Amino acid sequence: MAGPSHQTTLTVADEPRAPTSWQRFRKHRMAVVGTVVLGLLVALVLLGPLIWNVPIDKIDFRARLAMPSAAHPLGTDDLGQDLLARLLYGGRVSLAVGFAAMLVAVVIGTLVGAVAGMSRGPLDAFLMWLTDLFLALPTLPLLLLIIYLFRDALKGLVGPEVGVFVLIIAVVGGLRWMPVARLVRAQFLTIREREFVEAARALGASRLRQVVLHILPNALGPVIVAGTISVAEAIIAESTLSFLGLGFPPDTPTWGRILFDAKDFLSIAPHWALFPGLAIFLTVLSINFIGDGLRDALDPRKVR
Amino acid sequence: MTTTPLLEIRDLHTGFHTDEGLVRSVRGVSLTVARGETLALVGESGCGKSVTAHSVLKLIPMPPGQITSGQILWQGRDLVPLSIREMNRIRAREIAIVFQEPMTALNPVYSVGEQIAEVVRQHMGLGRRAAVDRAVEMLDMVGIPDARRRVGDYPHQFSGGMRQRVMIAMALACEPKLLIADEPTTALDVTIQAQILDMLQDMKERLGTAILLITHDMGVVAETAERAVVMYAGRVVEEGTVDRLFSAPAHPYTRGLIRSIPRLDGGQGRHKRLDTIAGSIPSQYANPPGCRFAPRCPLAQADCLAAQPPMTSPSADHHFACFHSVPEAIAP
Repeated sequence: MAGPSHQTTLTVADEPRAPTSWQRFRKHRMAVVGTVVLGLLVALVLLGPLIWNVPIDKIDFRARLAMPSAAHPLGTDDLGQDLLARLLYGGRVSLAVGFAAMLVAVVIGTLVGAVAGMSRGPLDAFLMWLTDLFLALPTLPLLLLIIYLFRDALKGLVGPEVGVFVLIIAVVGGLRWMPVARLVRAQFLTIREREFVEAARALGASRLRQVVLHILPNALGPVIVAGTISVAEAIIAESTLSFLGLGFPPDTPTWGRILFDAKDFLSIAPHWALFPGLAIFLTVLSINFIGDGLRDALDPRKVR
Repeated sequence: MTTTPLLEIRDLHTGFHTDEGLVRSVRGVSLTVARGETLALVGESGCGKSVTAHSVLKLIPMPPGQITSGQILWQGRDLVPLSIREMNRIRAREIAIVFQEPMTALNPVYSVGEQIAEVVRQHMGLGRRAAVDRAVEMLDMVGIPDARRRVGDYPHQFSGGMRQRVMIAMALACEPKLLIADEPTTALDVTIQAQILDMLQDMKERLGTAILLITHDMGVVAETAERAVVMYAGRVVEEGTVDRLFSAPAHPYTRGLIRSIPRLDGGQGRHKRLDTIAGSIPSQYANPPGCRFAPRCPLAQADCLAAQPPMTSPSADHHFACFHSVPEAIAP
């Protein structure tokens, strides 16, 4: 062969440029819709109470269980309290709990899973044993126990509202990291053996660099999906706790709380349960779509 | 030019601890690589050539792997006792490696430019923009057409041969003095193989990088290397310039390897079957006293089983380990 043949025999592949992550995300139509809906919900709960400034605890027995009207756009509950105001205010707590608990679950789960996946041997065995232990524990009794033990101490430390908030996030997130840990560990076990990790090691990447730069980004897809599911679970779990009287005090109208209060009146005042249910449903659905879109956006091979 | 070779391996022993005992993959390998030369390390699967090369960069998994004795002198400095942290300063900047399988050796979630730039930024301390420019320059150098545009593309948008070019670009981006190419063309088809070998040769001349080429293909050796080291079952059996090895091979194993290269003219007759070396490589657990090749050797005699033949040197650039053979040309 004459000359630098390797340069002349190749043809230029005439394919379009690879889309960026943002472009890939935008192509996922449902994810964009989800982002808009979630953005609206967040804007509503943040700004809504400023515009719709009806007090959330104004009792009006003449308007008990009123259907939606001009005075009460979403109707009222059994004490005649305005549902729109309560939903807007309670949404702040519900959304904050959902996201914060998801963050706790994903961070703990990723940390435990990554350490277990990278360290073969006794540490891995111990961490997986711990994960199994947590999975096997009956959640509800444990929640009750933890809350009884620590609620008053925390309340004294940081004040009643913040205390309950921190406690609920800690217990809800702290008991939902196990599936994430198992997912991350499984991902790490396969990805750490892939050749590009070996290649990175051969080119002088330290262990931390291998994990953060090469293994973790390839393991994120399933973690994001698991994370979006746990937002929904956390919102529901918070309502369970509130229902049992162990969450926020009854005068904090979180979505879950309103839903549970409404359940006895389902036949005579369906709107009472419908609107908080719709709010939770929309939140969870849009978060799931966003999760789907994020997963695709992070995978460059995905071309739609 | 200094007298210290770039890389000198002295009596290297590398083994792996397994449940059945110590697997002694490398049993006393010595070799040197001079500045700017291409040395081929040849042998069949399992002869220890990859383990030798990976030992140099300390890439063998430890444990179970262990360098049990020997020295790996990099410009006179022994690498064996170095910590991983110290090795990370040598990897990529001084010694780089390219693997066999280009399809999986690139991280699928980063563009090729990001991956090259990452290595450059880590080792050469360049800024983001300068590192990307360096990536474009390297991609261009290894023959990726339209490198400025392709730098943002992801690995799945490249073919196997192109990915191997990217890997080589990444390995050479920090201008290492030695490139270890571990069967860089084995996974590619033959025409691409020739292109990659041409390109490696070209890069070597441009950058002055020495290449330690690991291969089982005598054809590749003849085409690219100046000197070759032939390994069998963890030991060096013959070493010399490629000219000498092909014109007058001495060790019966080398002769067998050369004879088993398929030839277009059919060798000794149109319908003759291709020569093979009878038998298979010995167990890596066994530690017989004699020559490891003796059970398969046509020249083997009683003394071959009793003691390991020492290296003999018919000339300064030719060494081999056999009691009975003499260097001579293979009859066509």
